[in-house]
This record gives sequence, C-alpha cells and structure tokens, in this order.
Amino acid sequence: MNREVSIGHMKSFFGTRWGIISVGAVIGVLAPVLQKLGNPGNMGVCVACFQRDIAGALGLHRAGVVQYLRPEIIGFVLGSLIAAYCFREFRPRAGSAPIVRFVLGAFAMIGALVFLGCPWRAMLRLSAGDGNAIVGLIGLIVGIWLGTRFLKAGYDLGRSNKTYASVGWLMPLIMLGLLALLFVFPQAKGEARSGVLFYSTKGPGAMHAPVAVSLIAAIAIGFLAQRSRFCTMGAIRDLVLFRIPHLFYGVLALAVFAFVMNLILGQFHPGFAKQPVAHTMHAWNFAGMVLAGLAFCLAGGCPGRQLFLAGEGDGDAAVFFLGMIVGAAFAHNFALASSPKGIGAHGVAAVIIGLLVCSFVGLTMRRKA
Amino acid sequence: MPETVDASGLSCPQPVIMTLNKIKEVDKGEIEVFVDTDTSKENVSRAAQSQGWDVAEITKSGTGYRMLIKKE
Repeated sequence: MNREVSIGHMKSFFGTRWGIISVGAVIGVLAPVLQKLGNPGNMGVCVACFQRDIAGALGLHRAGVVQYLRPEIIGFVLGSLIAAYCFREFRPRAGSAPIVRFVLGAFAMIGALVFLGCPWRAMLRLSAGDGNAIVGLIGLIVGIWLGTRFLKAGYDLGRSNKTYASVGWLMPLIMLGLLALLFVFPQAKGEARSGVLFYSTKGPGAMHAPVAVSLIAAIAIGFLAQRSRFCTMGAIRDLVLFRIPHLFYGVLALAVFAFVMNLILGQFHPGFAKQPVAHTMHAWNFAGMVLAGLAFCLAGGCPGRQLFLAGEGDGDAAVFFLGMIVGAAFAHNFALASSPKGIGAHGVAAVIIGLLVCSFVGLTMRRKA
Repeated sequence: MPETVDASGLSCPQPVIMTLNKIKEVDKGEIEVFVDTDTSKENVSRAAQSQGWDVAEITKSGTGYRMLIKKE
C-alpha cells in the first residue's frame, strides 16, 4: 500500500511543472559537467552527435574524428527501461509506419549534422555562448512549425499494436550488446582500432568522459526523462499547436542551468567564430535544423525522446533510432555532414531532398476526416 | 451517452489533437477518450483541463485507459 502511495506521488511530481523543470535542470547540470570531464565542446550530451559517433565506432562510416561507442546513448535507453519497469509503464508496441519512421530518422540525422547538433546540443551550444545556435534554434522552430501545419491538416502515422515483450526488449538488448562490445574492446591508448570497434585518436571522437561516469549520468537522465516525458521537439510543438507550455519549461530549465554551469566551469565563450564543433554558415545552420525539426515533428519526438520511448518498449521509436544511425553513416560517407570548416560537399542537396521527402510524407499520410 | 474518441495505438500528439477537435465540436457535455499509454493519459488530461474541462474518471481499459472528461 505504502509503495503504491509513494509511486503515485512520484508519478504526480514528474507530471507537474516543477517535475519537468527539475529534469531539465538535471540535464542542464550534467551536460556541462560531462564536458568538463572529457566530452567534446558544447556536446555534453548531444544525442545526434553521439549516435553519429556510434555509427563511426561500428565502422558504418569511416570519418576518423567521430568514432566512439558513446555510453550516453546506451544509458538513456537503459535508464528509461528501468523507470518503465519500476512504474509499470513498459508497454511493448510496434507497427506504426516503421519504414516512414526509419526514413524520417535518417533525414533528421542528416539535417542535424548539417547544423552540427540535435535540439539538445542547440540549447547547450546557446548556453555556452555559441551565437550560431540561435540561427539553428530559429530553424528548429520553423521546422517544427511546418510539422504542426501537417498535423493540423490531418497528418498521422497510424496506430501501433500491442506486441510481444521481446519486441520491446530488442532495443535495450541492442544497447546491452553495444555495452558488451565497449567492455570487451576498450580503446588502447593511441590506437584507432580495438577488435571490431573503431576509435578516434583525435577530434571530438577522441574526447570523452570516463565510461562509468557517462553511463551512470545517462542512466539517471534516461530514468528521469522517461518519468517526465522530457522532449525538446514536443516542447516547441505543444506551444505552437496547443499553447501548452508544460514541456517548454523543461527545455528552458536545461538552457538556464547549463548556462549557469558553463559560467561556473569557465566554459562560456560568447561569439560566432571558432566555436567548438560548429560552423558559421548561417543559412545552412538554419536550413539543416528546419529539416531536423520537421522530421522530428513528423516522427513525434526529438532524438532523446525517441530513445526514452524505445526504452519503454516502443519498437517504432527504435526504428527511428536505427534510421538515425544509417542517416549518420550516409551523412559522412556521402559528404553531407558539416565540419567546423563549413557544410559538406553535398549537404545542400541532402537538405533539399530531405525537405522534399518530409513534405511528401506529411502531405500524403493524412487521416480521412 | 458520451461522445467517444478512440486514440488507442496512436502516439503523441494525436490523442491530444483528436480530443481537442472533439471538444471544439461538442462544446460541452461528456467525452470518453481511449488511450494506450500513461503519457497520452497525462497529455489528454492536461489539454482537457487547459480548455476548462474536468477529468471525471480514469479507468483501465484493456491494456490502456478509458478517460471520461466533462464540462457542464
């Protein structure tokens, strides 16, 4: 009985304004700390960047500077899984337009890599003084706004179905498999390869906090985010579509706390030029995030939220994650991704194609009134 | 008989969109909303309350929930 009561209280707390604010605050504090402990600049916990690094670690792309099997991604899924089981919310489900979610995931990643960051990193970059993030965030808002137009016109991915528990477990199992690889093949100092895994010897892929710290921090974030439904895309979408600011308070808390932490840790450097892992081509910072924002909106969640959903048994969110991994591979293999020097050779074409594909999806998948 | 919104199997934000559309359509009275997940349940509650509707009842229904929202 007592346990029921305490579970009820915790449930209700995370559903409140202070609940979502506290989760945003925790992420806002942990991200700069992880950066201080070794993660790349303004990339304390960037979901897109870290998934791209995982694609590199597995050799799906061979961009030498972004190869590391990031424990943060693993921790997000496992933290969410633990929370879902603790609070009886593990609900295996799948079958809502998986191929569409895969393609949206791929283009979301490509858009994010043209800007160089997911919505989480856009906030982290802003909180560290990177002015280019403002342009990216405006792009994100425009992309999500476009998505809400499709939603208003009846866009719908269709229903999922309840399924076997094993379907919901596949994504956490994939994560446990990756974690096993990380432990079996740890990086040897200065070596670019360890067993089947690729590692960076320089660049952002070579920068990382200790594995245990990253993993524990990410499990905590995954747990809290599952409880509070933290979602950066949903924050903007709900504000635009319903005028409901609930999730937005969480994102705001993330930015404010990250800003304070960056000040304390000496990581706040205002300006546009020479920001860590960023470029100053404003039009493409904007357009990349328009594409990412639109794809996230059509898929129903930012990349972090998709991981938390996958942890609580959503097989379709897991497919979105796989799409992002493949999108990252294409982004680097086809020179679509940007670098601090500027956009990739084919980044412009990829953004245009991505916007066309997302518009096709948004226009054609409409519920009949 | 309350109006019905069947949002089972649909993910965020569809249950909220469907509920708000129904609220606009009926203006007042009772609406029963079927959702699968706790997230949808919370989102629909928040959206209904933002429109001045009360969440009168939440019961288990299959693997999800049946919510009854009301406005006098």
